Amino acid sequence: MRAFTAILAKDLRVELRTLQSVPAMVLFAVSAFVLFRFGLDRTSLDGSLAAGVLLATVLFAAILAVNRVFVAERDQGGFDAIRLAPVDATALFAAKAAALVVYLVVLEAVTVPVFAIFFLDDWAALLPLALVLLLADLGLAATGALISSLATGSRARDLIVPLVLLPLLVPLMIAAAGAAEPLLAAGGPSYDRVATWLGVLGLYDVIFLLIGYGVFDFVLED
Amino acid sequence: MTTSTKRDPGVAEARATQAERPPAIRLAGLWREYGERVALEDVSLELAWGESLVVIGPNGSGKTTLLRVLATLLRPSGGEVGVLGARLPREAWRVRGRIGYVGHEPLLYRDLTVAENLRFHARLHGLEAPDARIAELLERVGMARRRGEVVGNLSAGMAQRVAVCRAVLHEPELMLLDEPLAHLDPEASALVDPVIGRAAGRTRVTVTHDFRAGLTEGGHALALGHGGTVAYAGPASGLSLDDAEAIYRGAPG
Repeated sequence: MRAFTAILAKDLRVELRTLQSVPAMVLFAVSAFVLFRFGLDRTSLDGSLAAGVLLATVLFAAILAVNRVFVAERDQGGFDAIRLAPVDATALFAAKAAALVVYLVVLEAVTVPVFAIFFLDDWAALLPLALVLLLADLGLAATGALISSLATGSRARDLIVPLVLLPLLVPLMIAAAGAAEPLLAAGGPSYDRVATWLGVLGLYDVIFLLIGYGVFDFVLED
Repeated sequence: MTTSTKRDPGVAEARATQAERPPAIRLAGLWREYGERVALEDVSLELAWGESLVVIGPNGSGKTTLLRVLATLLRPSGGEVGVLGARLPREAWRVRGRIGYVGHEPLLYRDLTVAENLRFHARLHGLEAPDARIAELLERVGMARRRGEVVGNLSAGMAQRVAVCRAVLHEPELMLLDEPLAHLDPEASALVDPVIGRAAGRTRVTVTHDFRAGLTEGGHALALGHGGTVAYAGPASGLSLDDAEAIYRGAPG
């Protein structure tokens, strides 16, 4: 636990000091919403279209952070330092996934209200939508941390992460969109089958957290 | 490899205890490959606790690879590796935290300050209230006034001094040093050397290109030739400077 908190605190401190990931994610997401607004020529979205615009934007913004999450460990010797210490390597995976969750929560805290201003007539969906986004963030962070650690040693990292990560995230997107669609329905949120999709999201999260926990030691080996 | 020690009861007792322990380092037919390239070929040696070993050899002879295998950072391709009584790589978890490693990179985060970096490593190693230890080490290497400075703003020599503090912070039993005085001016070398040197009393493996200094320091020597073959392994006093130069030139020693 001490390694997990040390690595997470270090990552958050560095992000606060350098602002390398979160501002870029926010800028990307807001720009995407502006483009959707004019590209779709719609001032109001609902149902599956609203869910798709929101979730696809969050996912692509997340890739900016996923790409960078292990860069300091690779370039500045963090991998070696952690392997020289008497700590479980999975603490690194857990800390990186937790850092990604924090980045995503901050991203959504800023950009979901922007999305609502641009596209939603009714804001009642935002509170239940937060639960959907939080569960999606967990899966996105677990999968992202795992794929990023695999790709970080490659010069083609910026290509490998989306190429491998996006197909793996398809089930997560289906489940998140399935849960968000009724919440963003025209005329106010409905809760039809939301619980089922939340269950699928939770299952996805558990599976990828367990995979990360199980294989991360091998990822760190030379 | 053994040392000659003047006998007194305390030393005899200590040596009797040591005799029951496996050597601090034991390599038998160590082999390491990168793809089809052989980096280390059939390296065998034993180093007792508290002894020092200097590793010399031309560029690409596998010195850094050897150090990284000992540090548990690389898996051997073949042979047996014993470090501090643990068999690697299977028992790597037993030695992590007992090794101090100074490599080519300082293993410091450029966006954290000197003190933040050292506190981070102290937490990884489970040190309670490490501030006094950090202050003492920074004082010893002449970096106390730079403790609040971001590492990215330091010169290579200053970062190396902080890297030495990082490596000894947890009081390791084994020091693995890859050109530890690189980037350091004579004054800084004089400050750093006691922290990592013979006086510190730890088992040490030092990679150096300064074989004159390395061999005159005493202890044991391992000379690696091109392709990671062992050109010499034995007491440092048994390897002449002429032979060491011949190894660097690639001629038979």
